[in-house]
Amino acid sequence: MTKNTALKRVVSAPYLVWAALFIVVPLIFVVYYSLVDAGGAFTLDYIRSIGRYKDIMLNSIWLGFVATIICLLIAYPLAYIMARTTRNVQRTMMMLVMLPMWMNLLIRTYSLMILLQDTGIVNSLFSFLHLPARHMINTRGAVILGMVYNYIPYMILPLYSIMSKIDYGLVEAAQDLGASRTAVLRKVILPLSLPGIASGFTMVFVPSVSTFYISKKLGGSTFSLIGDIIEMQFKSANNYNLGAALSLILMVLILLCMAIMNRFTGEDDDGGVLI
Amino acid sequence: MKTKMSALSKLYIALILIFLYAPIVVMIFFSFNASVSTSVFSGFSLRWYQSLLHDTGTIKALTNTLLLAVTSSLIATVMGTAAAVGINAMKRKWIKKTTMHVTNIPMMNPEIVTGISMMLLFVFAGALVHKDNVLGFGTMLIAHITFNLPYVILSVLPKLRQMDPHLPEAAMDLGCTPLRAFFKVTLPTISTGITTGLMMSFTLSLDDFVISYFTQGPSFETLPIRIFSMTKKRVTPDMYALSTLIFVAILLLLVLLNVSQVRGERKLRNKLDKEGA
Repeated sequence: MTKNTALKRVVSAPYLVWAALFIVVPLIFVVYYSLVDAGGAFTLDYIRSIGRYKDIMLNSIWLGFVATIICLLIAYPLAYIMARTTRNVQRTMMMLVMLPMWMNLLIRTYSLMILLQDTGIVNSLFSFLHLPARHMINTRGAVILGMVYNYIPYMILPLYSIMSKIDYGLVEAAQDLGASRTAVLRKVILPLSLPGIASGFTMVFVPSVSTFYISKKLGGSTFSLIGDIIEMQFKSANNYNLGAALSLILMVLILLCMAIMNRFTGEDDDGGVLI
Repeated sequence: MKTKMSALSKLYIALILIFLYAPIVVMIFFSFNASVSTSVFSGFSLRWYQSLLHDTGTIKALTNTLLLAVTSSLIATVMGTAAAVGINAMKRKWIKKTTMHVTNIPMMNPEIVTGISMMLLFVFAGALVHKDNVLGFGTMLIAHITFNLPYVILSVLPKLRQMDPHLPEAAMDLGCTPLRAFFKVTLPTISTGITTGLMMSFTLSLDDFVISYFTQGPSFETLPIRIFSMTKKRVTPDMYALSTLIFVAILLLLVLLNVSQVRGERKLRNKLDKEGA
């Protein structure tokens, strides 16, 4: 028996070596590169120069946060409605929500860009309805819309999966005991769905804050997020050290946001990320 | 307590679906455009589908993508399942906890950070062996296996926890070797978890852009990378045609899966009814 568990532990060895080599070591490299200059000598210049990117950093976090909240507000009622319908409707809805996720994000974003152009379909629709044309592309609103559009399924799915497990008897019991509609929502449904909110929040917030493609296409060249700046260092400016320093800060900031989020929801860290 | 939807709920769902599908509908519509524009429709034509057939670059990118997705998901599934078995058997709590924390890193970290961290490692290792162009199929394969592994481990691990640990023990008492007990008892019990992990890995790998973008080299181009370089310029409707074909393929797959699921459930219900009668 003990021999057997020892044997079992041995089979995880390849993974442990792999994880050390390709998960832990690369992160050490990020730290290393952010602390040396191009010649390999120790320097704090790159970490210090982060101050210049403070506004972009805060802007990225703010836009990501707004997009996440909008996703939550839209997805919450939808998940509730979905969880309360018949099995067949649920299945179809799940499929309809997941289907766009399987389409390439780049193509979807590009297509959204075409829709929002000054001479695009949305504006044609406006003029058809005798509404004034609106300039939408290359604005903050367009970038937020792009984030919401691309990542909302990641909010709907965890919310739906947690709400379909809520025992509806509890809601009825609360109503029988005289709770108003808002009281039922606040005291029963909301607390029970908190883990879903937490994982949906993470799954939308992290890719939104660190995106570079959405901001490039829908924000135009005048508009940069932290992801754009990092991408530039590695793909065109060839300043790996600055790029590493920025990534390090981005990682720390996101971890901080997650820690705050977890404090709010009281989630433990036992792999609650998976839907 | 499942109820029919109210009219308001239906309207709400319809609005969200319009939002989700409008760009996709536009894409499908303009893939049939006779002219090169992606915003002015000038007549129906299949020319972009035809030009797709002759576009060797895109076809090569498609086969590359499939090759990468198949190999990376298979390797990740085997290694990840073994890892889950090992992690489940770990006795010391802190080792188990640390392993799980490390496993969670690729899922929690922004993709761009995962991508550049691996790129830094590969470039550094390449400099050590004096090779300029280390980035290519090999580095992409390593990267894809790495981001697939956590999904496999986290789909298999719960199944192992749910399994009665006495089952493989009983098999061994009856004369099975530990290996045989694993293949005859443990593996069938956790097979649904393994399948989920494999499917997730495959689709993640198929669709990945960000991590591939930082670990790729000019020698090996995948479809998302090709789409990216095309969207840098003005996109011609042939990309729309390609995406439409992918969309239809996925739609068919999902519908088939759903139908077989519904059939399976109905069969089970009929059987139960008969047994009850």
